[in-house]
Amino acid sequence: MSLVLTEDQLMFRDAAKRFAAERAPVAQLRKLRDDNDAAGFSREVWKEMADMGWAGVLVPEEHGGAGFGYVGAGLVAEEIGRNLSATPLLSTAVLGVTALLRGGSAAQKEAFLPAIAGGDLVVALASDEKNRHAPHSIATRATGGSGKFKLSGRKVHVLDGHVADRLIVTARTSGDVESRDGITLFLVDTKASGVNVTRTPTVDSHNAAAVELRDVAVSDSDVIGTVDKGAVVLDAVLDAGRAVLAAELLGVAEESFERTLGYLREREQFGAKIGTFQSLQHRAAHLFCEIELVRSVVLRTLQALDAQEPTASNLVCLAKGKASDVARIATNEAVQMHGGIGMTDEFDIGFFMKRARAAGETFGDYYYHADRFAQLAGY
Amino acid sequence: MSAQLKSVDQLETFRRETRAWLEANCPAEMRQPVTEEGDVCWGGRRWKFKNDAQRVWLERMAERGWTVPEWPKEYGGGGLSKEEARVLREEMGRLSCRVPLTSFGISMLGPALLKYGNEQQKREHLPKIVRGEIRWCQGYSEPGAGSDLASLKTRAEDKGAHFLVNGSKIWTSYGDKADWIFCLVRTDFSAKKQEGISFVLFDMQSPGISTRPIRLISGYSPFTQTFFDNVQVPKENLMGELNKGWTIAKYLLTHERNMIGGMGTQRQTPLSQLAIKSIGLASGKLAEGTLRADIARFEMDALAFTLTMGRVMDEAKAGNETGAVSSMLKYYGTELNKRRAELAMSIAGSEGLKFDGQTQADIAPVWLRTKANSIEGGTSEVQLNIIAKNVLRLPGA
Ligand SMILES: Cc1cc2nc3c(=O)[nH]c(=O)nc-3n(C[C@H](O)[C@H](O)[C@H](O)COP(=O)(O)OP(=O)(O)OC[C@H]3O[C@@H](n4cnc5c(N)ncnc54)[C@H](O)[C@@H]3O)c2cc1C
Repeated sequence: MSLVLTEDQLMFRDAAKRFAAERAPVAQLRKLRDDNDAAGFSREVWKEMADMGWAGVLVPEEHGGAGFGYVGAGLVAEEIGRNLSATPLLSTAVLGVTALLRGGSAAQKEAFLPAIAGGDLVVALASDEKNRHAPHSIATRATGGSGKFKLSGRKVHVLDGHVADRLIVTARTSGDVESRDGITLFLVDTKASGVNVTRTPTVDSHNAAAVELRDVAVSDSDVIGTVDKGAVVLDAVLDAGRAVLAAELLGVAEESFERTLGYLREREQFGAKIGTFQSLQHRAAHLFCEIELVRSVVLRTLQALDAQEPTASNLVCLAKGKASDVARIATNEAVQMHGGIGMTDEFDIGFFMKRARAAGETFGDYYYHADRFAQLAGY
Repeated sequence: MSAQLKSVDQLETFRRETRAWLEANCPAEMRQPVTEEGDVCWGGRRWKFKNDAQRVWLERMAERGWTVPEWPKEYGGGGLSKEEARVLREEMGRLSCRVPLTSFGISMLGPALLKYGNEQQKREHLPKIVRGEIRWCQGYSEPGAGSDLASLKTRAEDKGAHFLVNGSKIWTSYGDKADWIFCLVRTDFSAKKQEGISFVLFDMQSPGISTRPIRLISGYSPFTQTFFDNVQVPKENLMGELNKGWTIAKYLLTHERNMIGGMGTQRQTPLSQLAIKSIGLASGKLAEGTLRADIARFEMDALAFTLTMGRVMDEAKAGNETGAVSSMLKYYGTELNKRRAELAMSIAGSEGLKFDGQTQADIAPVWLRTKANSIEGGTSEVQLNIIAKNVLRLPGA
């Protein structure tokens, strides 16, 4: 498949670009933060995003979505990264929808996909338990039998957990704490008794929460996928999230890089534009190359997910690992090349560095994915 | 949609036919890995084929124009589309067929001739390049003009029917083996440095040319300092317009850079495999954790770079400008190649230190040779300067 965007994709991207810059720019994130906004995003804007086809970007047309696939989701995420837009796109439209598409029953799809695509339902994945991403390390227990389960455990870094209508909870129905077998996914109503959600403010001013589950009652009909075999769905969900995060990180890197180039062209010291200094030029030129590499791997990876290629996971490692690393470096360099002003809260560039750090950490950072990349390659 | 399907169909037919033809026509010896300098066929008047297979393979491929698959048929090329050429490369890779002919005529001069040469020059030179009957060398660098190439001093004076060339070039790769040279000379001494340069072609057998070999740290001597002492070059050997050679020189350099940048992505044993053999696994992971981390970082960057090369080609096919990226490919590709060689040396340990000054396929000479990758064709620093100026539009760069 050609690594060039099609006409349709270009149009979708251009529309996303305009919308994000107008309706969900950095200034909005700043305001949400300063206002200590209870939701952490604007529900009104999320509704508009749904109208743009964002909430249903992965949802097939027969379920009321736009059906633009992972490439489409990546195009939106890149603009989200450029604008640091506050939106539940990742939690709901990517993680939630992928879980339902991969493991949802007909009834679940019917009940949730159109509501998600319409921007009326927020879903959050409650899976990680460790501070460092270890997706199969799950101690949360689902006990019981004959179609009835009780969930108990504690989840961290649940994106949009405190605003979600439904949680997708991973729990152990059998096996040891570290084993890939024995994991089951459950849909849980956030208002159910025994569910306790605490918002955990993060450095990037994006939404995350801790979730406590104490004897939360669920049943067969809440299972996504198959009992004990939930890792198949979980891995697909995480890979989708990682790939889309890689696209967002690409946007973060691009935008902070472009802002920095602008500054290099305008700021003067020693009677010259600082952009004439070769040490800065060379670092900028090197970053340009790295960002171009990320652009290639992100597009290739999203295409591989859409085509359900068997080795897509290797590409996901490459994309998430590389994008996390390059966005980290790009935003660090951005702060450095802005000098003192880069350290001020009033100036936006610091927001990009914070987001790069948080998005890089989410679902595995560079180190996690380099390790996984090597393992998948047999070394 | 149906037109696209049809072309996909045609491409599959082309793939089948190509595969069958290669299977029938590529001699078994030409499917073995390249292990020494003589295995790479450079062609030229004085080329000594290593064996019959090498000669036959070149002749058969040249016959179809497949030594230069994408050049137009009228000059002996294969006339293939980019897609077909990619299929040919893939099928050659599948059967491990060696590249039948490697030359500066193919990778550097040819593209410039196609764009800037006049009809007579194209008819004279291109078919010989296709058939490997001529070997070219590149006369750009001078002792005083390396990165600052445009400051070159080799002069060509107008003597009516011919130019009289005097001066010297350095680092002329294969200067002592080449039949002809494409050479930058100064024809206007008063103009701005870029505006007084012309691009000329001449026979290395011309009276007044001498070469002195220069030995590399990797142990062998592929290049020379080249001296011109009252060399007469016929006027019709001027390519493009007088004093407009710099434009051609830069165009040719983008091709040279793409070629050098792409070297690192040629079929090579993955470092991880070398490492598994040399170091071994412990619980499924390479036994040396720190080295493993560097290998993984390299392999990820290498894959990302390969995908980027592919994307650049796809963009070119889609008609998007690619001139500016040749510096990126040159810079990143050569730095990667050096990283690979450094890691290969570390993986091999003391075994990697073997050096007899002869066997170019040993790890040490390869490692040493890669150091030139970020110097030849314009240094890494110069590529970064070009990116800063032409791509990033930074001031005063
Ligand atoms: C193996 C090999 C094969 C070659 N083959 C050929 C050939 O066939 N034909 C040919 O014409 N030439 C050939 N060259 C020459 C090559 O193009 C030059 O060596 C190269 O352009 C660098 O020039 P220089 O050696 O004079 O180094 P210099 O230009 O003197 O550079 C020295 C150092 O200074 C740095 N530097 C210079 N200018 C700047 C700047 N503006 N900003 C920052 N840093 C700078 C360089 O990057 C380098 O690190 C070959 C070289 C090698 C090593």
